[in-house]
Amino acid sequence: MTVTKGESAREGADDKGDMSGGTGGGVPDDGYVPSERRLARERYRRARARRATAVAALSTLVTVALLYLVVVSAPGWPRTKETFFSAHYAREAFPKVLEGLWLNVRLLLICGVAVLVLGMLIAVARTLRGPVFFPLRVLAAAYTDFFRGLPLIINLMIVVLGVPALRLQGVTVDPVLLGGTALTLTYSAYVAEVFRAGIESIHPSQRAAARSLGLTNRQALRHVVLPQAVRRQVPPLLNDLVSLQKDTGLVSIGGAVDAVRAADIIVGRSLNYTPYIVAGLVFVALTIPMTRFTDWVTARMDRRRAQGGSL
Amino acid sequence: MSTPENTPVSNAPVLRMESVRKTFGGSVVLRDVGLEVAPHTVTALIGASGSGKSTLLRCANLLEEIDDGAIWLDGEEITDPRVDQDAVRRRIGVVFQAYNLFPHMTVLDNITLAPRRVHGVSRTEAEERARGLLERLGLGGKADAYPDRLSGGQQQRVAIVRALAVRPRLLLLDEITAALDPELVGEVLEVVRGLKDEGMTMVLATHEMGFARDVADQVCFLDGGVVLERGTAEQVFGDPQQERTRRFLRRIVEAGRL
Repeated sequence: MTVTKGESAREGADDKGDMSGGTGGGVPDDGYVPSERRLARERYRRARARRATAVAALSTLVTVALLYLVVVSAPGWPRTKETFFSAHYAREAFPKVLEGLWLNVRLLLICGVAVLVLGMLIAVARTLRGPVFFPLRVLAAAYTDFFRGLPLIINLMIVVLGVPALRLQGVTVDPVLLGGTALTLTYSAYVAEVFRAGIESIHPSQRAAARSLGLTNRQALRHVVLPQAVRRQVPPLLNDLVSLQKDTGLVSIGGAVDAVRAADIIVGRSLNYTPYIVAGLVFVALTIPMTRFTDWVTARMDRRRAQGGSL
Repeated sequence: MSTPENTPVSNAPVLRMESVRKTFGGSVVLRDVGLEVAPHTVTALIGASGSGKSTLLRCANLLEEIDDGAIWLDGEEITDPRVDQDAVRRRIGVVFQAYNLFPHMTVLDNITLAPRRVHGVSRTEAEERARGLLERLGLGGKADAYPDRLSGGQQQRVAIVRALAVRPRLLLLDEITAALDPELVGEVLEVVRGLKDEGMTMVLATHEMGFARDVADQVCFLDGGVVLERGTAEQVFGDPQQERTRRFLRRIVEAGRL
């Protein structure tokens, strides 16, 4: 009696009392027998769902066929196929690209943590009150304004190429470290804004309740405001991390051998672009689990909110 | 029923306000408010919506900064800018109309937050005391629940426990039943009655006139930014002196609320 997949979510919301909604967990044991009216309704819904599935399948088939025809019948297709989709070069590039990808993953992990910490510090600095903190507030605001506006690629060039040119004693010239620094600088600005939006979304009455219990401003922030703000901002934060994940590919401009650079090397030698496609697909494959996870977290939080929870 | 006037010895007011003025932008909410709350008494603030009852309570707790006048807590002027406001708030408990429980914490954590973080009580001791208070208010089984799993009446009782957990000198109750379904009002008012019997000094802003008449030692009618009329419950409800008080009470009676 369960409604066909795809329809179930919408229908379930329409008739809360209907046990097919499935949130109640089990059928009540009160001798209820579904009426003919209900059975007819469910039959109709099933039929409609089957029809919808059939239409979707057909239209997908037609679209794919059309796309295929358009691409394959293009005048340059045979040549494009050879330069972008060569099986030979794909096989050659794949292991090298994967090897390079390990660098991207490490960059993501380290920069991710650094970005969360730095972003939080900046966000908190922006919400501090009191005249003592004025310079800190201004600095934090200037920082986010600057690094959100500065194109990441330019930031990377300045840091990765500019810093070594200074030939400072004791400062690293390692393109990986410098690239990671540039990524952290830019992404901290984004993440700081996400945190700040979260902090400001907490109703003032929460702070008032905390202060009226005698908590200091700092304690109210630490125990009452921030935990709620962070929880609320998990979906946008994950979104920024997905974005960071793919942007780690940009450190290749400094010469660090990541997945993109690994592909680059083969392209330079062979003049065949297939390795780029391989690298691109590998990045997509890496971000998909993260994206799905983000969707899942968001949906779960929406559901909790819909149930009347405050978080 | 004891009135402030005939309570013997050590009845120096817990809370005293003098000539308090508070404006928001162009609107004068409190024009010239004076108030005295004797220890172990209950003061009810009544008046129309927007008459400044909540503002008065927020000023007393320093959540709002007053424009003029002065407020004393146990003889200490708390509106002196040199005073440590956090320390003042530690001595005053507040219960809000909308409960304002912390939604990310269990009931127990809501209650023990201030004792542990502000008063340095150990977790074990704070939790033991919290459980005791919850038990007394019939919330024994709810310690580990999150606020959104409780009814409004239960949430408000938790909020009262949270305010009591720091053993305040004075308890401010801001329309604590206004957000509740009618059938849940009783359980919350019962708690307040119990606190009165234990000698807690309280100031409550309320629309529950029956309750105010029943429980208050002193009733203050706020109108036009001043305490227009004050007296015992018998005086204010039974024989109001001011025309505006009479009119207000007549409207309440007509609405069937008294």
